[in-house]
Amino acid sequence: MELPGRGVIRALEVGGLSVSRGGRTLFAGLDLRIAAGEAVALTGANGSGKTSLLRAVAGLIRPDAGEVRFTGAGGTLEPEEARATSLHLMGHQDGLKTGRTAREELTFQARWTGASDAAVAAAVAQLELKPLLALETRKLSAGQRRRTALARLFASPRPLWLLDEPFAPLDAKWRSRFGELMALHLADGGMVVAAVHDPLPVPARQAAL
Amino acid sequence: MSAFLTLYRRELELAWGRGGGALLALGFYAGVATLVPLAIGPDPERLTAVAPGVAWIALALSALLSLERLYERDYEDGTLDLLALGPVPLTVVALAKGLAQWTAGGLPLALAAPVAALVLGAPSELAPLTFVTALIGGLGFAFTGGMGAALALGARRGGVLIAVVVLPLFCPPVIFGAGALEAMASGLNWTPGFAFLAAYSLGALALCPFATAAAIRNALS
Repeated sequence: MELPGRGVIRALEVGGLSVSRGGRTLFAGLDLRIAAGEAVALTGANGSGKTSLLRAVAGLIRPDAGEVRFTGAGGTLEPEEARATSLHLMGHQDGLKTGRTAREELTFQARWTGASDAAVAAAVAQLELKPLLALETRKLSAGQRRRTALARLFASPRPLWLLDEPFAPLDAKWRSRFGELMALHLADGGMVVAAVHDPLPVPARQAAL
Repeated sequence: MSAFLTLYRRELELAWGRGGGALLALGFYAGVATLVPLAIGPDPERLTAVAPGVAWIALALSALLSLERLYERDYEDGTLDLLALGPVPLTVVALAKGLAQWTAGGLPLALAAPVAALVLGAPSELAPLTFVTALIGGLGFAFTGGMGAALALGARRGGVLIAVVVLPLFCPPVIFGAGALEAMASGLNWTPGFAFLAAYSLGALALCPFATAAAIRNALS
């Protein structure tokens, strides 16, 4: 899995980040640093701000204070561009339209994130999605939908994965399989920040919120 | 550019595909246009007088129908996150969605408008202008409507809210579009109304994507 060269994130630095939702401060002065090849498991009670932290890193939530900095080979990157080209955000929702087939949705998500058709085919093989492709996404189970959505991580290689409880709907086989794929991603210099309740299947630092 | 086309094509598929939003809008359009003679009586003279106006009222109402689908579904199922983090700015996303909305909904409605006007007894030489004004007005409806849809994101009873936000913005195209038709029917100069209609729609095309993008960003945060 070759990561794209231009504007690639080599490290993520979160400094003094404070986020509040609905007038309640979720966390304040949060510092986090991740370099290439590292994984961080965000843990914390429900409502402690794991999702908000991921969304703040992705630039969808504006923090009250602090900053998120992306560093590439040549120094600090322009955040907008770094986010658009080198991170994947996988939320609770899979972003699949119910009335469309898995193939249509997967193809759109992958193309939108810049994947080639060959890369999509490879990701389909990796996640064994072939038998699901012709089905409407409403007919898929939660785990199958999650696998379909995860395919874009592999079809369009980007260094930083922001994952919000990625394992929740997956069965035992796919938890361990996705763990192996995550380990490969890290070995390639990727980074993973995952909000989880169970330990990550790869060596990871804990960050408690 | 390829990202723009990818999104545009997907939006068209969503509008035309299973669910048949555009056909529904056409059916709704026919329904509204049919109600008018039932409400004001079948007197041909009276109907001929109101035909262009009715065609425009039905257009504005039909344009409201698919607005709730435009951003709300993407917001609910998480697609909007993906679009916000995509290769093009949200303004371009709003532009692609607005143009697809126009193609999928505005174009069929523009084709139906002269038919409805003729059925109600409008003179046949009005048909080409009815089509062209409806098509241009549809562009304004798609973009001002998209802005309203983005502003209503996440609100309960969003569909009604969209209508309340957007209908005042639909007034100028209705005034200028129906006005141009009225002027032509009575042998007056119709170009000023037509020019104002085109100016309004082009203004909406140029400005609304920015407001839409800001509203989406606000809804996501």
